[in-house]
Amino acid sequence: MTHAHDEHEHGHDGHAHPHPRQPDIEDAPLTWHMALTEALAELIVRKGLCTQADIRRTLEKIDAASPAAGGRLVARAWLDPDFKARLLQDVNAAATELGIDAGGIPIRAVEDTPDRHNVIVCTLCSCYPRFLLGGSPDWYKSKAYRARVVREPRAVLAEFGLDLPDGVQIEVHDSTAELRYLVVPVRPPGTEGWSEDQLAAIVTRDCLIGTALPVAA
Amino acid sequence: MSVTVGTTVRVLQMDPPGHHRTPRFVRGKEGVVVGLAGRMPDAERLAYGGRGPDQPVWRVRFRQTTLWPDYVGDPRDTVVLDLYEHWLEPRR
Repeated sequence: MTHAHDEHEHGHDGHAHPHPRQPDIEDAPLTWHMALTEALAELIVRKGLCTQADIRRTLEKIDAASPAAGGRLVARAWLDPDFKARLLQDVNAAATELGIDAGGIPIRAVEDTPDRHNVIVCTLCSCYPRFLLGGSPDWYKSKAYRARVVREPRAVLAEFGLDLPDGVQIEVHDSTAELRYLVVPVRPPGTEGWSEDQLAAIVTRDCLIGTALPVAA
Repeated sequence: MSVTVGTTVRVLQMDPPGHHRTPRFVRGKEGVVVGLAGRMPDAERLAYGGRGPDQPVWRVRFRQTTLWPDYVGDPRDTVVLDLYEHWLEPRR
């Protein structure tokens, strides 16, 4: 069997057929921003502002962060009104109480009520509480979401499968400065008597952005 | 008159060169200050290596119907943005 340069072959039911191989990262040209990132990182290290290991640790920490941390904060807030008050006052400090490092960028919690739903966007770029929740979903960074959710939030939420009842007003929060946002949804009916872990499990990433609501599974 | 919680403000209709954090869709629009986001480094200077004193950043609530005349939805729907004080002109 001979291998073409850009494809390989393997057999199914005795018939060999080629398909394109998965490109390596280096197959695409270096973009302007990739070059900028590399240059900046090298300069920062050479100037002694931080080390390669610091950069690696920070990237690893962001990748290790998970929406589950946000779910834990909300679940505790549902069970403990005093904790909820502290969460609404200062998310980063409240997270520390649960042993969660929310990072150095201040996060503000916005609380849903039965007649007001909150949803988060960053229209200018893609600001997101990544030190607490990990990287943002691709759609959150898309121009379509960023442009549309401030313009026609009800249509966008409907596309996420979230149809808000009449009488519920929507407040969109646009992260234009140094604050990051986190939605504290209303505790859904049918969760009476649930443990903190059970509650945390239904507060998913999209609930924390405001494009979904937690439901009692 | 200065900006504080409850002040109705108009976002300045200006188009300065360089980096800034005021989306076009609120420029020239009126909203109400609902809180202080904090005193923060001025992003417009920071982007070019400057620092200067921290600036008040206000959380300003706009009615959707103010921003988009053809808005479809509850007329009480709102958007809140975090805006640097020097973009805000107090009205009442």
